Amino acid sequence: MIRLENLTKHFGPAHNPFVAVDNVNLDLPTGEICVLLGPSGCGKTTTMKMINRLIQPTSGKVFIDGKDTGTVDAIELRRSIGYVIQQIGLFPNKTIEENICVVPDLLGWDRRKSRMRAKELLELVGLQPDLFLKRYPKELSGGQQQRVGVLRALAADPPVMLMDEPFGAIDPINREVIQEEFLKMQKTIRKTIIFVSHDLDEAVKMADRIAIFRGGKLEQYATPDDLLARPANSFIEDFLGSDRALKRLRLIPVRNAMQTDFITVQNSDSVESALERMRSSGSAAAFVLDAEGVPQSLLSAQVAGARSGAVADHAEPVKGAVPVSGDLRHAVSLMFAHDMPLLPCVDEGGRLAGVMSYRSIVHNLGHGETA
Amino acid sequence: MSAPAILTTPPQERRRPALAPVLVLVVLAGAVAWLWSSGMAEEILTYSDDISYLAVQHLELVAWAGGLAILTAVPVGIVLSRPAFRAISEAAMQVFNIGSTVPTLAILALSMTLLGIGTVPAVFGLWAATLLPIVRNTYAGLRAVPPHLVEAATGMGMTPRQVLWRVELPNALFVIFGGIRTALAICVGSAPLVFLIGAGGLGELIFTGIALDELPMMMAGAIPTALIAVLVDFVFGQIQYHLVPRGINPLR
Repeated sequence: MIRLENLTKHFGPAHNPFVAVDNVNLDLPTGEICVLLGPSGCGKTTTMKMINRLIQPTSGKVFIDGKDTGTVDAIELRRSIGYVIQQIGLFPNKTIEENICVVPDLLGWDRRKSRMRAKELLELVGLQPDLFLKRYPKELSGGQQQRVGVLRALAADPPVMLMDEPFGAIDPINREVIQEEFLKMQKTIRKTIIFVSHDLDEAVKMADRIAIFRGGKLEQYATPDDLLARPANSFIEDFLGSDRALKRLRLIPVRNAMQTDFITVQNSDSVESALERMRSSGSAAAFVLDAEGVPQSLLSAQVAGARSGAVADHAEPVKGAVPVSGDLRHAVSLMFAHDMPLLPCVDEGGRLAGVMSYRSIVHNLGHGETA
Repeated sequence: MSAPAILTTPPQERRRPALAPVLVLVVLAGAVAWLWSSGMAEEILTYSDDISYLAVQHLELVAWAGGLAILTAVPVGIVLSRPAFRAISEAAMQVFNIGSTVPTLAILALSMTLLGIGTVPAVFGLWAATLLPIVRNTYAGLRAVPPHLVEAATGMGMTPRQVLWRVELPNALFVIFGGIRTALAICVGSAPLVFLIGAGGLGELIFTGIALDELPMMMAGAIPTALIAVLVDFVFGQIQYHLVPRGINPLR
């Protein structure tokens, strides 16, 4: 757990200081990612650097797991905190193995143990150890270097990590991949992470909590969904942008938003009977499934109301389906791409698990916004 | 940035066709042929005992002056590059730059007035003349280490001393070696002058040859001096090539 208590930093002369960080209070539970977000010069990086005392606080305290870090030797403190910077900062004179082992070596680990650890870590991110251990940083691509930069911070298995725009220098495509990879890794390693970013999309994707800074002050500290649904003031509203509702799409799982009261029909059923069943159950569509339960085609209530005959003659083929593990962004994207106002939601086996409509999405986004 | 493209090994720059050495060899062969055919070589070789004795003396002078210069100049360069000395370091470098314009002969003359004649003032004079390129390159090399490397190292918990030894110096090593090679070339080239303050060396053959208008005698001093310069630079080039880690060595 990380707790910042009245943390303040002044630069410049004491009588007329520049207040870089102004009385920040913040609590981050163990195993969560907190993104410090804000425009440049807002104090987010200064706040982060006060945690490992690269910058000495003017006043206020930082607690890690209840322990006041002001009482710990700065060098020892830094060795116990993983540190990743935007420029990556791999040492070009050292091999990848030596780079990963920097902190274990500083801590005096047994050489065999630390080299073993380097190997394991490389495997963790899918870089072949035989191929990469003895290479130098300049022989790696930017994305590979960034992965190694993160591994280096993880090498001594610190409970806390500080990441200063760690994916900022990578092209957008690789950044997405590395973000996903990191989140997947975080699910197992459960580090407590302070993550500095100026990119709202990255923050929404990575954060368990977002802290928005302006002029050295912490403006709002909330979960991403909370922040997007209920910005505390007009500055934050502007910062989040006019499309903030759309950004929330990513945060809502399909599983939570889909309707499960769909009905199924046979190809040979008559449209009238299908319509009758849809009306009585209040659902907007009926699906035709194959033997495995995979949706084949769908008949919407709208179409059924105007036609007659067999379901097979009027049902539209299912052109796309969203997995229930996906998010609403994925669902909306499929709806737009396939022009399907009703989208089947399927489980891992491709079997129909629910149905998504524009109405259910709007309902879910509107939920909470009104509060 | 496509990942697979970087997977290939970096271009092997040292595989470039080496034109310069070939040219040098051709010129050398021409010179040797001329020396031989004109009978000059035979005359030069009559000094072979002098050459071997004086060459050793010459090398000793260079070793002392160069060794002491490396031992003093590198620490001075390091100290000047430390943050605590930032305020005065640029001014100090300017003083050093002016100092490096003073001719070696003048330095030796000053050295002689202070320390008399013989080996000690000679080594002192050569040392002073050799110092500056090493200080300058050590300082410049350390200042050129990207600040984010120092930040990363500090943020991971290295002490300032560890940052210097494990990050800054290795990354500045190539540039520092450049300074050492320049300095040693100056040192070997200036060493004949110390004959003038009574320290011997191959300058004895050169200056005596000039005074007696004896061309073979002068050549007997000049050619070994040139060969020593080439040899010393080659040796230190090899050390530089092998000592500077592959990750930051532009030569490999």
